[in-house]
Amino acid sequence: MSDDSPAVRVRGLVKSYGAVQAVRGIDLDIRQGEIFALLGPNGAGKTTTVEILEGYRRRDGGEVTVFGYDPGRERAKMLPRVGIVLQKTGIDRYLTVAESVRMYASYYPKPRDPDEVIGLVGLTGKRDSRVTKLSGGQARRLDMAVALAGDPDLLFLDEPTTGFDPSARREAWEVVKNLASLGKTVLLTTHYMDEAQYLADRVAVIAAGQIVAEGSPATIGDRDVAGARIRYRLPDGARPPGGLAGPPDADGFLVITSQDPVRDLHRLTGWAIENGITLDGLEVTRPSLEDVYLSLTGELGAGA
Amino acid sequence: MNTLRLTGVQLRYVNKAFWRNPASAFFTFAFPLMFLVIFTALLGHYTVQLGSRSINTSTYYVASMACFSVITACFNNIAMAVTFQREDAILKRAHGTPLPGAAFLGARILHAASIAIVLVVITAAFGRAVYGADIPTGSTLLRFIVALLVGAAAFCALGLAASAVIPNADAGAPVVNAIILPLEFLSGIFIAFGNNTPSWILWIARVFPVRHFVLSMQAGFLGSTFSWTDVLVVAAWGVAGMLLAIRFFSWEPRQG
Repeated sequence: MSDDSPAVRVRGLVKSYGAVQAVRGIDLDIRQGEIFALLGPNGAGKTTTVEILEGYRRRDGGEVTVFGYDPGRERAKMLPRVGIVLQKTGIDRYLTVAESVRMYASYYPKPRDPDEVIGLVGLTGKRDSRVTKLSGGQARRLDMAVALAGDPDLLFLDEPTTGFDPSARREAWEVVKNLASLGKTVLLTTHYMDEAQYLADRVAVIAAGQIVAEGSPATIGDRDVAGARIRYRLPDGARPPGGLAGPPDADGFLVITSQDPVRDLHRLTGWAIENGITLDGLEVTRPSLEDVYLSLTGELGAGA
Repeated sequence: MNTLRLTGVQLRYVNKAFWRNPASAFFTFAFPLMFLVIFTALLGHYTVQLGSRSINTSTYYVASMACFSVITACFNNIAMAVTFQREDAILKRAHGTPLPGAAFLGARILHAASIAIVLVVITAAFGRAVYGADIPTGSTLLRFIVALLVGAAAFCALGLAASAVIPNADAGAPVVNAIILPLEFLSGIFIAFGNNTPSWILWIARVFPVRHFVLSMQAGFLGSTFSWTDVLVVAAWGVAGMLLAIRFFSWEPRQG
């Protein structure tokens, strides 16, 4: 297998539970070494998709390979190369952090040094603590350590920070960022926009079992080329120049959507300086990832 | 070969975790000896009629508690521990690693069987030292060991099968006790069968494996008649348990 072959390749994946179509024709290519986020609301099909890739669930149709192996038929060959962090998992509560990592390391043909793994997730100070003594954030980092014990090339992270406080999320994020520098491929699912934006090289938005948009966090949903929003307020009685007027919003700001914000801003500010008019609260924004996400998932969610 | 090596590695961690769980260590180890002391204190001056022979109650209870230990260490422990690990998604996590399922479960079964053997030795030694009970020796020892190993394996298999029907972790202890405690009473472990034992109890005892296991073990302690049929019935139940476990076992939590 050459180095530029994808770590994960999915074509036309479908899966139903009874009458419910959980996954309705998904295509994905995840390159080696990238952090890929599957972003979507609860019930969109994220976990089903990931658990098919992990070999926990059977698919109804489509092609799936992980490092060239079919997770359904060749799971035993695939497993030594992947690490799995499930949404909710326990770990033997009577073992210590170091014992847990060593135990899981012993399952793999070429494990990474357990102390190094513990350092990687920032639990060195807790290495001899019992699992029961860890905080929620620390326990999640132990989940990651255990998944990294076998030195996998690909790490699955299913909603790694759901239910965490902000500082625990930050700590988990730093661990994931570190993995990228080790050359690991990461497939993470999340319903947090900021998580996808901060961590991922590429994002696919999934809604109602389908990928509705895919791209980098900066360009997804044509955020980069979609119209910019210019928002400003004029003193009482002032009339805006032609073409730059919009209906005032609830706070009295004028909002215009511009396909050419450089030219439009130049006209607006030139006009204001010439006429000695102040433009209170002037701002220019692109649609946020959240705007894109809500519009994409909202459309489909409503139809489904 | 690799599976065997991994089973050995896994066994060490199962053992470590077992001894650090005070509840499981206490219930498994202290209960049989505690019951032995209590039953003997209450009933120790009587005799039990086995066929034409009368046997001192204390000796009878040494044999009974040896059986009770094996059933607790194998059936109760495995059914509850595996259910708990399944619902806590520990099984699912292990199933997402290259560790073969046979190594994971094999380690737990070997551990339970080892604990059972240690408990039988302790119970026998305690009975010998404190109550002067007869213990298996000489020519009876070999077939006693066979009966013990078959029993331990069978009750491990039945424990796995039971875990498959226990719906959640909270139901573990109640379901296990609801299955095994009546059977233990109906098989003469706590109260010896007499001449007036109702026939329906004898029939239940004849169908289920506990009574047959008790009889095969008693032969070693009490010098009563040993029958390979008893061992075979226990083995058949073990095979049935294994088949049920294979059919219904799940690595995934039932809930969530």
